[in-house]
Parts: sequence; C-alpha cells; structure tokens
Amino acid sequence: MSDVADSSVAGRIDVRKTYKLYIGGAFPRSESGRSYLVSGSRGEPLANACRASRKDLREAVRAARGASDGWAARTAMNRGQVLYRVAELMEGRRDQFAAEVAAAEGVRAGVAQELVGRAIDRWVWYAGWADKISQVLGGVNPVAAPYFDFTIPEPTGVVGVVAPERSSLLGLVSRLAPVLVGGSVAVVLASETRPLPAVTLSEVLATSDVPGGVVNLLTGWTKELVPVLAAHEDVDALDAWGVPEDLRVSVEQAAAENIKRVARRPAGITDARFDWTDDRRAERPEWIAAFLEMKTVWHPVGS
Amino acid sequence: MADDTLTHPRTSEEPASGDASAGDPSAGDAPAGAGERGLRTWTGPVGPASWGLGDGQAIPWDYAPAPEARDIVRLRPRYGLFIDGRERQSSDGAVFTSVDPSTEEPLAEIARATSADIDRAVRAARRAQSKGWGSLPGKERAKYLFRIARILQERSREFAVLESMDSGKPIKESRDVDVPLAAAHFWYYAGWADKLEYAFPGRVARPLGVAAQVIPWNFPLLMLSWKIAPALAAGNTVVLKPASTTPLSALLFAEVCVEAGLPPGVVNIVPGPGEIGMALVSHPGVDKVAFTGSTEVGRLIARAVAGTDKALTLELGGKAANIVFDDAPLDQAIEGIVNGIYFNQGEVCCAGSRLLVQESIAEPLIEKLKDRLATIRVGDPLDKNTDVGAINSKAQLERITALVEAGVEEGATLYQPACQLPPRGYFFRPTLFTNVAMSHRIAREEIFGPVLSVLTFRTPEEAIEKANNTPYGLSAGVWTEKGSRILLMTRRLKAGVVWANTFNRFDPTSPFGGYKESGFGREGGVHGLHAYVRLEDR
Repeated sequence: MSDVADSSVAGRIDVRKTYKLYIGGAFPRSESGRSYLVSGSRGEPLANACRASRKDLREAVRAARGASDGWAARTAMNRGQVLYRVAELMEGRRDQFAAEVAAAEGVRAGVAQELVGRAIDRWVWYAGWADKISQVLGGVNPVAAPYFDFTIPEPTGVVGVVAPERSSLLGLVSRLAPVLVGGSVAVVLASETRPLPAVTLSEVLATSDVPGGVVNLLTGWTKELVPVLAAHEDVDALDAWGVPEDLRVSVEQAAAENIKRVARRPAGITDARFDWTDDRRAERPEWIAAFLEMKTVWHPVGS
Repeated sequence: MADDTLTHPRTSEEPASGDASAGDPSAGDAPAGAGERGLRTWTGPVGPASWGLGDGQAIPWDYAPAPEARDIVRLRPRYGLFIDGRERQSSDGAVFTSVDPSTEEPLAEIARATSADIDRAVRAARRAQSKGWGSLPGKERAKYLFRIARILQERSREFAVLESMDSGKPIKESRDVDVPLAAAHFWYYAGWADKLEYAFPGRVARPLGVAAQVIPWNFPLLMLSWKIAPALAAGNTVVLKPASTTPLSALLFAEVCVEAGLPPGVVNIVPGPGEIGMALVSHPGVDKVAFTGSTEVGRLIARAVAGTDKALTLELGGKAANIVFDDAPLDQAIEGIVNGIYFNQGEVCCAGSRLLVQESIAEPLIEKLKDRLATIRVGDPLDKNTDVGAINSKAQLERITALVEAGVEEGATLYQPACQLPPRGYFFRPTLFTNVAMSHRIAREEIFGPVLSVLTFRTPEEAIEKANNTPYGLSAGVWTEKGSRILLMTRRLKAGVVWANTFNRFDPTSPFGGYKESGFGREGGVHGLHAYVRLEDR
C-alpha cells in the first residue's frame, strides 16, 4: 500500500488488493459483510480488512478439524519440506512483505527487510525441527521390567493462535510455525491493528504446499473473536501470546472448559517489548512441545 | 543341460542391454563370454518345479522392454578432480576409465588423484574450514545444505540414470531409493546445522576440522551423502574419495556444490584407487576419517590411524541373519527375504545373506521362495522392470563366482531360476543355497552378491546362537507375528540394526552401523552427527 503515491506519479491507477479471510484453503469475505479500516503507523488509511464474525470463526475451526488428520499423518520429513517451501515462496515476495510490514509497523525499509528475512529464516529453522523433535523429546524408557517402553510426541490437533499484536509478520510466523511443524493445524487471529502482512502470508500459504484448512486466518476485532475461540469446544489448544492482558483471566477460564492446553506468553514478557529478531529468545523447541501430546507405549519382551 | 541355463539366446523381448539404439537385439551374439566368466558348475534344478517346467525353460511370460532414456545424462569424455571449488587434472596427468558394468563399455576417463593431489585437497579443505565454513553461523550452513538437497531433488532423474549407468544397479532402485535418500540425508542434516545445542544438551559441539572420507561402490551417491551431509552440518570440510569403479555421481555432485554456491574447498572429490584412499586417511592434515567398505580394508585404515588424534568411524562388512519363525506372515516374509538379499544385486553390506528358517516351515518357505525367484528380472539396469542389474565390476563377479563354486564344492545344494542373462556385461543369476552348514564359506564369508544361504533352526535360542555366530554384526532381520518375540530377539541379536517384519529400510533419521567387526560409529540420526563433532564444556 505504501506504493500508492509512486504509482500515481507514474500516471497509472493501481489495482488495489482486497484483503480477505483465509478459511479451508479459500478466500471468503466475512459472512457478516463487515469490515474495518486498517491504518498505518501515521494514521494513514491502508485498506479495509474483513471483520470476521463468530460464524466465520466456527467455519475456520471446522475447516481446521477437517484438515487435521491428513496433516498429522504426513511424514515428519514431508512436513519439514512443506514448511521450507513457505520460506521459498516468501523469499520471492520479499519486497511486497517488506512494504506491507513497513506500512503496518512504521519501520524504515531496511528494518522491514530484516524483519521479513528473519521471518523467512524462521520458517527454515522450524522446518528443520520436523524430523528431529521426536528425537529430542521422545525416547525409550528403561523400565524395571521386561517391557519395551517408549515415548513419542504426537500433534495436539486444532490450535487457536492469537497472534502477537505488534509484530505483524515475524511475530506471527514465530508463533505459527511451531504449531504446524509438530503436526497440529491452526486457526489464527491476526493482529487486529496490523493484519495486512498476515493476509498476504495466507496468500503465500495458499499457493504453497500447505494443504487447505491447515492454516485458517481471520482478521477482525480481538475482543470479539478471542472469547469465542477460547470457548470453542473443538479447539484443543490455545496460543495466547496475543491475548490482551485484560482478557487473560476470562480467556483462560473459558479455555478450561474443555481442558485446552494454553500456551501463555512467558511471565515477565510483554508483547510490546519482545524482540522477535533475537533468535535465541524467539526460536524455541519448547514452543513446538506446547502443542504436542506425549504418547507412551508398553510392549512385553519375551519368547 | 544344466549348462543351458548359461547359454540362452537372447529373445526379442530381452531388453537390449545398455544401448537403446542397438538395432535388432536378437541378431547375433551368442554369449561367448559365458565360459570365460567361469559360470560352469550348476548342479541344481532350474525353473520352478511347481510349474512343471523343464530344465532351462524360461518363465512363460515376459515384459516389454521399458528402457529409461540415457540422454538426460550429458557425459563428458573426461572428468577432473574437484579441489578448492575447481576441476583440475591430476598432478601427473594420469587417468583411469569408468566402465558401464552392464555393457562393459567405457563411460568416461577420470583423473586419477596422486598423493600430491591429496595434499592439495587436504590443504584446500583446511583453509576452507578455518577461514569460513567452521565459523559460519549454523543457520547459513543449513541454507547451503538445504540448497544441495533441493538441487539433488531437482536433478534426481539425471543422478538416477548416471548412477545406474556407472554402478549397474537397477534404475528402479537408483530412482526410488538411492537418490531420494541422498537428498533426504542432506535435508535432515541441514536442519541440525543450526540446532547443535539441542543435539548435545549441556555441551558445546565444535567441528573436528577436515574429514577424510572413503566410500564404496555399492551406493555411490547415497554413501557420499551419508558422509558429507553430517560433516558439513557440524562445520567440517571434507575430502572424499569415491570408489574407482563408480566415481561419476560424486563428480556430478561436485557440479551441485558449485551450483549451490558452496564456498570453494568445503567439498573436495579425489577419485582414485585404494592406495589413494590410504594416502588420504594417512595424511597428517586430516582430523577425522570415515570409511565404508570391507572389514579387510577397515583393518588397514584402523592401523593407519593408530597412534594419531584422528577420530575414526568404520562401516564395514556384514553377514546378516534373516530369521523367519513359524508364525511369520509367509508372503510378507518372502518379499522381505528377496528384498533382503537380491536388492542391489546383493551388493549391500547389511544384506540378509543368511536365511534362518524355523524347521517346521522350511519346506513350504523354500518352495515359495523358489517360485518367487522365477519372477525376478535380471538384466539391463536402465530397464524400469529390472529387479537385479549388473554386478558392479568384473573383479566382483569373479569373487561371487568363486564363492558360489566353493558352496557347490562344499556340498550345499544350489538353485538358480531359469532367467536369461544379457550376453554382455557382468551379470549373475539370483542364487539360493540349501543344505548349508554353518561351517561353509558361503555361510561365513561376505559374498556381496545375489547369493542366499538357507539354514534352519528349531528354537529361538538356536536362532540367536546361529545368528550371532559370526565376526560381523551389522544387521539382522526377524519375522514373526509375535511382538514380544521380536523384542526378545532384538535384545539378544548382536547387530547394529535389527529389522522386524521388514528388511533393508533406511532413513536419515535412523542410525546405521555395526557391532563387532562390522565397524563402529553410526551414520544417520543424532548419532551420525556425533561422529563429526568434538564436545566441549560450556
């Protein structure tokens, strides 16, 4: 959107993009017909984003559930390759992402380029975990009886991801990739104030090898959508990074109803201050583990 | 009569071996070479008895030829060494020839490395390691390795065809096993390059330095990937010597390194004979030696490394027992047995070359096995229907032949199906020996060919005893529907890999390597990474 001025200088009226929801591999508008104005960091209007409804959210959960078994059944190596492919495709659209991140976050072009580069590398880092996480988290347990006993991680299922509010792309990728690499599927609520890079990411996902329904992405009002997501009975886990402080108690209480696993933002860390470019802090295998179930198998040994 | 099995005229259905444009394949050449190859002493029956076919009769159906086109491979007449990112001739200008074992035709001339070249390669690798690769952030090393994996995937057909031309292995196998697995190895270790702190918690993993790697001819590209991928991921640089009969895929891999933009000197390829391999592992500038090959050469290398600070891993020979219990799923077991020993012409260190069958099912199993053998297609490696291709070299064919003759002389009963062999090239029939005793050479020595020795047992104890009664300990197979018995057997078998109700499965995440004289160290998985790092305190 930042190139609006440039193109009018060139004397050509540019074709603007409609920012839509991403549900089950398709790009619908909100069934409610509602939208909201997204502004840039200096208050300039950027675009109208869809204001998703509860019904959109329920559709997204339904699509995620439908894609869950297939995604979980992929081999680890295949999932790794699929994630890596997202990085490949983002690399080809670097400039578009950089322009959108710059507009959304009010950062200089060089900084935006770095944020996009990091986001791409983050996919690669998590892609590499696909066929390693079970080797790090799983293992054989030397039980004191004639049994072969081992523990393996399996995906949790449908994960609601409340994306970081401030870091529109890098923060989102850093939260989404660990969910996917472990074999879970996601319903993402994008940053309310900075949703546009997330929508473009969904366009990349749609043309990547990520199957439709594995990632579903909604834009809208956090306060309207988060409580519905947290209370949804067919959502297995919640990444609560982007849940506003004043909603935390009610969201976690709602999540308790069907014993959702809630991945909280670590104590003492605020969304506003977290540095997503710090690999040591923002790349963590325990974020993959947050959306894994450990399965232990016993089998007798004997003739 | 029995000799007839050696002298089938080629039928028009028989794929023209090697050359798709060879005109009328039925014209001409009776297999004049048969006598020369010394395959004379067949005493066993031919043709599956259950079909009521007479001696020497071909199976009653055939496949149309389905040759894979060779033109995807643009062979150059000459290939140089790959040192410091550039192709160069050897210091004395010497070359050797790599031959297509299915046609005995030369494929290309290859520069033959000298010890001066080895020295140059090791110095290039040292410079590359200390000046850049070793200190490059893991994330960046990972990206190079991901690139290599992607290029191998993109050029997979080219690699598969070249590999089959140079090694004699069936295209079905190079296409579906060797090349995809090679790419997968780079892929897997790419992901470790920036996660070493999770592979070795509480420790700091440092590269060893320069790795000298010597690989065999049975899986040329795959063994290259097993060696190079973990070495590079951990921050080492390598000098690799491919086998002298199969250097071409390694030299094509050198092109991939250039295409991936890999810094010069990180990978160096120095083809040559065994002496050059010894010169490489003995070079004082090398920090790590990794060898895959025979136990005999492994011993020499271990001696050469003795008293130095070089780290060493050896993946050596095997004489795997494939153990079938009376409750095994029989048809599945038959497939596993066939895959276990005839995969890659039996030129596999972990081949299931000793079949141990529980006595009560020995007869029906052997009958079924003979029927199955009759359907194995031996021939042109580039034919997509071929199950068993050419033996890798004349020398290897002679070794297999000699051991099979020893088997007959020592009193075992030989069986070979009545398949037709191409008139040229190094081919050997799938072979089955029954009435084998543990003392026979064919039950003790690694044949490295499509030769299966069948022994029987009565109790699990006896099976374990026989299976472990070998200096080798690379792999083993267990076939039974009973899970607890599988796990008992896996506990008692002295082998680095045990396959249960399957055989010859490989994966980059899964460690592979031997007990006892089959070597030490593991390739694949986190353990494979461990072979290329020095662990320090934080």
